[in-house]
Amino acid sequence: MRPMLEIKNLHVEVDGKKILNGLDLVVEKGSVHAIMGPNGSGKSTLAHVLAGKPAYVVTDGQVLLDGEDILALPPDERAARGLFLAFQYPMEIPGVASFNFLRTAINAQRKKRGEVEFSVPDVMKRVREAAGKLGIEQDMLRRGVNVGFSGGEKKRNEILQMALLEPQLCVLDETDSGLDIDALKVVSEGVNRLRSSERAFVVITHYQRLLNYIMPDVVHVLSRGRIARTGGKELALELEAKGYAQYQEEAV
Amino acid sequence: MAEVAVIKTAAEQQLAAGWQEAKSRLPGPRLLRATAFERFAAAGLPHRRVEEWKYTDLRALMRDAKPLAGAPGTAAKAKARAAGKPIESLEARRIVLVDGAFVPELSDLAGLETGLTITSLAQALAEGDDEATAHLGKVVPTDDVAVALNTAFMGDGAVIRVAAGVALARPIELVFFNSGERPASVFTRSLVLIENGARVMLVESHEGAPGAEDQVNTALELRVGDDAHVDHVKITGEGAGSLHVSTLMAAVGARARFNEFLFTTGAAVVRNQLFVRFEGEGTVAGIRGASLLRGRQHTDTTVVADHVAGACTSRELFKSVLDGDSRGVFQGRITVRPQAQRTDAKMATHALLLSERAEADNKPELEIFADDVQCGHGATTGALDDDLLFYLRARGIPAKEAEALLIQAFVGEAIEGIEHAGLRDALMDQVVAWLDARAG
Repeated sequence: MRPMLEIKNLHVEVDGKKILNGLDLVVEKGSVHAIMGPNGSGKSTLAHVLAGKPAYVVTDGQVLLDGEDILALPPDERAARGLFLAFQYPMEIPGVASFNFLRTAINAQRKKRGEVEFSVPDVMKRVREAAGKLGIEQDMLRRGVNVGFSGGEKKRNEILQMALLEPQLCVLDETDSGLDIDALKVVSEGVNRLRSSERAFVVITHYQRLLNYIMPDVVHVLSRGRIARTGGKELALELEAKGYAQYQEEAV
Repeated sequence: MAEVAVIKTAAEQQLAAGWQEAKSRLPGPRLLRATAFERFAAAGLPHRRVEEWKYTDLRALMRDAKPLAGAPGTAAKAKARAAGKPIESLEARRIVLVDGAFVPELSDLAGLETGLTITSLAQALAEGDDEATAHLGKVVPTDDVAVALNTAFMGDGAVIRVAAGVALARPIELVFFNSGERPASVFTRSLVLIENGARVMLVESHEGAPGAEDQVNTALELRVGDDAHVDHVKITGEGAGSLHVSTLMAAVGARARFNEFLFTTGAAVVRNQLFVRFEGEGTVAGIRGASLLRGRQHTDTTVVADHVAGACTSRELFKSVLDGDSRGVFQGRITVRPQAQRTDAKMATHALLLSERAEADNKPELEIFADDVQCGHGATTGALDDDLLFYLRARGIPAKEAEALLIQAFVGEAIEGIEHAGLRDALMDQVVAWLDARAG
């Protein structure tokens, strides 16, 4: 079976500085891969370069989403092809009401894929249902996107967007950062509800804690911009116990 | 003669010749007109060394002065029937002026509410309307040269009176239409007297045939009585002239609510100047606006908020979206007189640059002579936020649509200040239309 995501020999620079150095990664459909690593190892760069952030310059390599190279595509086309990035720091957008934003995003993707756009009542119904499951109040959806939201609310809102956009590949960038234990549970349950045989997850995290709630199939350690080690979920526990010292030493 | 030495540009000479030719046939207050012309003759057209006109150099911008507009013909009037589209949904009472002339047969003068009177300025002046002449030029006295020119040459306009306590359910729309049949100088002057406790919404729509090259000098004097509630909105759209100079002179009484909004998408060069005087205590005012400019458009918004009486609140918020080679100017002055204690006045102006060639100029001024006041100003200029754009695009929203969402949000913050929901929607529709045209 064709993998959901295949990264081959990826080299990335930001402001002339090499961040990713020949990263290889294969994520099969239906699987959850965790990517762990010390600060500065390139975790967030990987997330952003997958989503197509302009400042990140790919100097070599390929990123295949469901078999097709997406590196030449703008961010919105990658999203329409089923790639979703849950941001570590979701943006506040004053003046753009959440509901309007969600509707615009959903229909822009559907239009791009040649699907029929949803009507306003249709989107409303979907949003209400999905928001209810995540404990997001209707009042929050009337406000500007993420405006005045707490850290936990912003992360829940990311998962809401993920649920509504029904992506094939979900990339979660430090989704656990800034969450208390209750919020972490809500967010993890939201992610777990979306797990399916057709969907893959790349969960980027510094801490093992999140992986107690979102159980990974595969754990990778990122160091010096490439995968240094790959294992099962026990690798996450080992990292929690021993820390990243050996990988940081390598990085020196 | 002394003024011969001062008047030197072609436009100034043409204006002087126009005055000699027209002064005997212009209706009404001879002395007021003559005095005003003397003011112009002494100062000449304002230029960049005149601080108030620093960014809009009329002497340089006016290569010539167009001849005074003649009476509109049948064809011109026919074109004007379709004007005022943007706010059609408000079902306002339409008063139509074509090439500066009040056209009764295009105006909705039937069934005027009790306490509402509407006449043409030319008629009021010709008939010696004492009340009108008593107020003309005196609502907010100014020595501004553009106003002086307007006073000297004013041909027609609307005179509207609303009696005390009358609440007009229907908005009034003054439609100023330029037919574009031949480039002309158009001088309109309106006088709106709103007595105590009345409720009025007044919209001015300035538009015309696409590319109309008229030089428009329009002025409106507005007296807002005590406890009155007045919304004044000016929409400057396509065809509003190659040069469009507009002045609002508003005197606001006590405990009033006064909301001003300037919405500008049209005309090559626009100067919107507002002189607002707070003359009674306890008034709350919002002075807001939004400009969306492209190409080589230039819009100068100059606001003088003069707090003469105390305990008034004024909020100014102006937003400009500047594409292409356009230029947006904001000059705002808040004056707080010694007796105007407990004044709360704030002004904010924000420009969004969509092009590297666009320019925004901001000049805030505070003149505070009282000690117990709250005053402030803020100005920002910037491009669209790349991180916000990326966030929207990462959700599947294409670049142009993502930009449009952010631009709408930016402008929307000012438009939200309009109380009338229908008008808010109508103006947001105009914003969307502007963005659609931009996306091509």
